[in-house]
Amino acid sequence: MYAACRGLSSPNETLILHLPRPRSKSPLSREIRAGATSRMAASVDTVLQFSSSTELSARVQPLVIFNICDCYVRRPDQAERVIGTLLGSILPDGTVDIRNSYAVPHNEFSDQVALDIEYHHNMLLSHQKVNPKEVIVGWYSTGFGVSGGSALIHEFYSREVTNPVHLTVDTGFNNGHASIKAYVSTNLSLGDRPLATQFQEIHVDLRMVEAERVGLDILKKQTVDKLPNDLDGMEATMQRLLSLVDSVYEYVDNVVEGRIPADNNIGRFIADSVASIPKLSDLDKLVNDSIQDHLLMLYLSSITRTQLSLAEKLNTAAQIL
Amino acid sequence: MANPVRSFLQVASTEEAAPPLRVVQIEGLAVLKIIKHCKEFSPALVTGQLLGLDVGSVLEVTNCFPYPIREADDEIEAEGANYQLEMMRCLREVNVDNNTVGWYQSTLLGSYQRVELIETFMNYQENIRRSVCIIYDPSRSNQGVLALKALKLSDSFMDLYRNNNFTGEKLREKNLSWVDIFEEIPIKVSNSALISAFMTELEADSPVTQCDYDRLQLSSGPFVERNMEFLIECMDDLFVEQQKFQYHYRNLSRQQAQQQAWLQKRRTENMARKAAGEEPLPEEDPSNPIFKPIPEPSRLESFLVTNQIANYCNQINGVSGQSFSRLYLMKALHED
Repeated sequence: MYAACRGLSSPNETLILHLPRPRSKSPLSREIRAGATSRMAASVDTVLQFSSSTELSARVQPLVIFNICDCYVRRPDQAERVIGTLLGSILPDGTVDIRNSYAVPHNEFSDQVALDIEYHHNMLLSHQKVNPKEVIVGWYSTGFGVSGGSALIHEFYSREVTNPVHLTVDTGFNNGHASIKAYVSTNLSLGDRPLATQFQEIHVDLRMVEAERVGLDILKKQTVDKLPNDLDGMEATMQRLLSLVDSVYEYVDNVVEGRIPADNNIGRFIADSVASIPKLSDLDKLVNDSIQDHLLMLYLSSITRTQLSLAEKLNTAAQIL
Repeated sequence: MANPVRSFLQVASTEEAAPPLRVVQIEGLAVLKIIKHCKEFSPALVTGQLLGLDVGSVLEVTNCFPYPIREADDEIEAEGANYQLEMMRCLREVNVDNNTVGWYQSTLLGSYQRVELIETFMNYQENIRRSVCIIYDPSRSNQGVLALKALKLSDSFMDLYRNNNFTGEKLREKNLSWVDIFEEIPIKVSNSALISAFMTELEADSPVTQCDYDRLQLSSGPFVERNMEFLIECMDDLFVEQQKFQYHYRNLSRQQAQQQAWLQKRRTENMARKAAGEEPLPEEDPSNPIFKPIPEPSRLESFLVTNQIANYCNQINGVSGQSFSRLYLMKALHED
C-alpha cells in the first residue's frame, strides 16, 4: 500500500483529474505513520493524480471532542446535525493542531445551507481576546460521512482559511464504533470547468494524553462521586504497576515451562527494563536520606500547625482589661 | 372552611429557605476547559466564569468560558463587561445554560487566600444567590493529582464582613476562627452518556496511563522547595501581623495607665476642692485625648495568612505521603 502511494506522488505535476467523486475514503489510513505521506488512493482502477498537497495530519485534543458532543446533545430539536468552527494552530511541520471549537447555528434545507456568519465572527473575536494564537483551522460536523451541503460549507470556510480541515465526528455510531475522521478538500476541475470538490481523508491523531492526565476514570463514567485525592491515586497506580509486574512474571514463567513459544523481541524488552534499574552502590543510604528529609518536613509542618492554633488562641481569646 | 390553597400573594411572599449547598457537580467538559485554560497560561494567574444551574442542594456547573487577561487599566473595564455579555449571548444561542454560578481561577501552589478573593465573593453574592469559586492548581497537577477545589464563604463570615467588624469580641461571640472562613464543598463529576461512550471507545489500550507516569516520578524536590519558600514567607507575614497586635496591646495598656494617672490627679484635685468648699470637677473628661478609644486592628489579614499557612502544610503533608510510597517502592524494586 505504501509503495502504491509512493508511485502516485508526482510533486511537480499539476492537477489532472479523471473522474469526479464527491468523496473518497481510505480504509487503510491507520497503516500510514504520522509524518509520512498521507495521500490515499481512492481505488486501484481509477487514475487519479493529486496535486502536491502538503502532507497533512490533524491532531485533535480531547477537549474538542467533548465540546462537539456537548453541542450535539444540546442541539435544537429540528436540527439533525451540528456544525461549528475549529480553532487551533498549524505547527511548523505542517500538522494541524486542533485545540478548541465552538458551535455555529445553522439551518439546512434540501440543497441549501444557511450559516450564521455574524455569530461565527463574534465568537471568533471573543475567543481571540482570550487566546490570540488560536486561529480558524477548519470546521466540524457531526454525522457520518460527507454530504452535499458540506461542500458548500467547506467552500465558505476555505474563504476564511487557506486549507480548512473538515472533521466529522460520528455521534450516531453508525458503524458500531466511534469514528472521527478529518478531510481536506481539493477542487476538481476539467480544464477550466470546476466539476466537484473531492474530500481526501487525512490522518487523525487523537491526543489522549491530556485526558489521561486528568484521569480517564473521571471522564469515562457518567457520575464520579469523589475526586481521588493523592493517596488514592497513588494506590491505584501502584496496583496497576503490581499487576503489570505480575503479568510479566507469568509470561516469563510460561515461556520457561514451554507453554508459550518464546518471542525474542519481548524477551529483549524485558531484559532492557530490568537492566534499566540503576545499580547504585549506596542506594539504601540515598533512600534513607530522602525518607529522613520528608519526615523532617512533616515534623515542621506539624509544628507550624500547632503554632498556628496557639497563636490564634492568644490573639482571639485574650481579654483586654 | 379551611382553605388549603394559599393565595398567590401568600405564596409569593413566603421566601423559600434555600437548602444548604452540599455538592458541586461539574461536567467533564467544564473540567477539561478549566484545565486547558489554566495550563496554557501558567504561571500567570487566570480567571474565568462558570455557567450552570442551581438545583436544590446541588450546584451544577455545565460550562465555562475564560476571561481575557486584563491589564490594570480603567478603560478596559467596559471592554471586559462587553466581552462577558457577548459570550453569554452567543452561548445562549446554542442552548448552553446562560446562568452564572460562580467563577474559577488558577493559583500557584495553593496561594489563593487574598482579600481580593473575599471581595469578589461578596460581589457575586450580592447578585447571585449561590455562587462558588473553583480553584485549580496546575503545578500540583503535574504530580498526578487533580487539584480542583470548590470554595464558598461561610455565612457567619459573610455577615461579619458586611459589618466590617473584626474585633476580638465579635469573633469570640460567633465562635469564629480562621478555619471557618472558607468552606470546601465536595465535587462530583458527571458526563453525558454520549461522552462516556466516546471516551470508552477512544481509550488507549495500554494498561498504564500518563497519570501513572506523573505519579511515579521520583523528583518532587522543586515542588516541595517552592512550597517551603512560600511557607516561610507567610510565616514572616504572620509575624508582622503579630507585631501589630503587640503594638496595639502596648498602646492600650499605656493608655489605660495614663487614664488611671489622670483619674488619680482628678480625685486628689476634687478632694482639695471639697476641702476648700468648691464644686468637685467631673471625673471624666471626654475632650482629653487620652480617653480616645484606640481602634483595634482588623484580624482579617492574619486569618487569611493563617489559612494560607495551613494550606501549605497540608500540601506538604500530601506530597510527603506520596514520596514515602515512591521511595519504599524504589527500595523494594532494588532489593530484587
